[in-house]
Amino acid sequence: MDNTNSVGLVERQYLTFAQDEPMPLDSGEKLGPITLAYETYGSLNRDQSNAVLILHALSGDAHAGGVNAQGKIGWWDDCIGPGKAFDTNKYFVICSNVIGGCQGSTGPSSINPATDKPYGLQFPVITVGDMVRAQRYLIDYLGIEKLLAVAGGSMGGMEALQWCVGYPERVRAALPLATTARHSPMLIALSEVGRQAIYADPNWNHGDYYDGPRPNAGLALARMIGHITYLSEESMHHKFGRRLDQRERFGYDFETDFAVEGYLRYKGNLFTERFDANTYLYVTKALDYFDLSNGHGSLAKAFEHSADIKYLVVSFTSDWLYPTYHSKDLVSALTAVGADVTFCNLQSTWGHDAFLLEVDTMTRLIADFLGRIVTEDGISLPATPAPTPVSLPVTISVDSDILQS
Amino acid sequence: MNDTNHSILRADLRVIADLIRSGEKVFDLGCGDGTLLRYLTDTRQIVGRGVEISEPGVLACVSKGLSVRQGNLEEGLSDYPNGSFDTVILSQTLPYLSKPDFIICEMLRVGRRAIVSFPNWGHWRCRLSLLFHGRMPMATDLPQPWHAAPRARPLTVHDFKDFCVEQKIRVAHEIYLAGKRQLTSRGNHNLQATTAIFELA
Repeated sequence: MDNTNSVGLVERQYLTFAQDEPMPLDSGEKLGPITLAYETYGSLNRDQSNAVLILHALSGDAHAGGVNAQGKIGWWDDCIGPGKAFDTNKYFVICSNVIGGCQGSTGPSSINPATDKPYGLQFPVITVGDMVRAQRYLIDYLGIEKLLAVAGGSMGGMEALQWCVGYPERVRAALPLATTARHSPMLIALSEVGRQAIYADPNWNHGDYYDGPRPNAGLALARMIGHITYLSEESMHHKFGRRLDQRERFGYDFETDFAVEGYLRYKGNLFTERFDANTYLYVTKALDYFDLSNGHGSLAKAFEHSADIKYLVVSFTSDWLYPTYHSKDLVSALTAVGADVTFCNLQSTWGHDAFLLEVDTMTRLIADFLGRIVTEDGISLPATPAPTPVSLPVTISVDSDILQS
Repeated sequence: MNDTNHSILRADLRVIADLIRSGEKVFDLGCGDGTLLRYLTDTRQIVGRGVEISEPGVLACVSKGLSVRQGNLEEGLSDYPNGSFDTVILSQTLPYLSKPDFIICEMLRVGRRAIVSFPNWGHWRCRLSLLFHGRMPMATDLPQPWHAAPRARPLTVHDFKDFCVEQKIRVAHEIYLAGKRQLTSRGNHNLQATTAIFELA
């Protein structure tokens, strides 16, 4: 692998907070202590004004860039590194795993201090607002008064928008990509089908399975459904066609005939190795609750105090999960409050996954947009450039399951 | 990025640029690759916004550090509250609009004034083309044959003036070009001009 523009070997870090005073949640419950897993790339400038917070999607984690000790490449490594869209020579890039997650942050698989057993369904239901509230503790801890930008696709885009509405004074620019300001009935329906797949797995046992076999069949099925929604009909034709999967002719049985079946089964199984079924339930629920207009009367009203932030909104023509009209509604609301918003509906056949796959166009757009914020707001670049990458582990696995929603 | 050289602009854009005062809020409808907005930002310190339908155009605008949204003009205008801009510009796009009357009214709703430039099919070459050659005239400043242009609606200077009277739109300024040359205030503009620029209020 060419690692000249990689951030190199990265290490996951942890911040634990809300030990003495638990963090209030949107549901009215409280949660504490909370641990967030996070990674950072690049270095802060003198006045801590060059920080970019990257927000991951449903199945993502804190490992967004570089290569970790296990040899795994970050999920948005194409866009994070020296000279890339989020240029680590210029920006201090942060990514944290959300609360409710299962990759280092406090979630349903974490130990409940009250019982010394995993939370399971004792874990309080969380919202995108709660995820962002927890991220604010991390940004406070890192000493960052105002983020240069918050950026993310899909659920990450919702978190970015939630930052703008919740903490407008802490954000200069926002990049919500392939996302929505409000989960649609179709999205809720798809979430529910995924959850039902998990509930139907006898191993799920109402969330209490950490001592026994895991509800892998249910989780894998939920993931398969998810993967269909991340593709487009055209990208399926392109990727699989009607090709057979390791067979010369039809088997006339119920083994895997078609390549697309093999792909979904493979992806579903792979997912169970790294993801917790209860986290899938909690995070999809958080997405379903997401509606920024809630309590404001209209979407425009929600952004009334966020009009000083500069926005780059991007949608993709073949994304049927978060179709372009979601982004247009968002752009309309932002325009109505007088915000500076740039909107691009990019031509792509990749469906929802396009925000991770259209690397060349995204690199250009993001780099140009951030460059403009730096110029207009007079952001200084860090005095010490990011350290040169240390030598990487010999075996590097490109995790083909990094695509998320 | 910064190019403050006047000569980079198309002739009608040069005229339009000279009508813009420093510090104005300017909205360019169909802003293309953002050349005019970038020029006005650098030379007049305007606050610029653009709307553009093509993806390459939008990407070019973003690379010029401009704020632009992709979409058609109807979408671009309807979200803006009344009086959001000092000036709204529509250059050489009028013949392509499906609802030109609506767009011009919308321009005057979201802006204090509107500046419109359009190719003049009343130009003598166009007239001669139909009279002597029996062929549909191509506007001298928009030479596209009938089959290549997307639904063009040919109009002349007289047509546009009639429209303004009918719609009770005040014409604050009219400037005429023959090619790159600006015509004097006298003469038969409908016959001589290849492009007309109107400031409406």
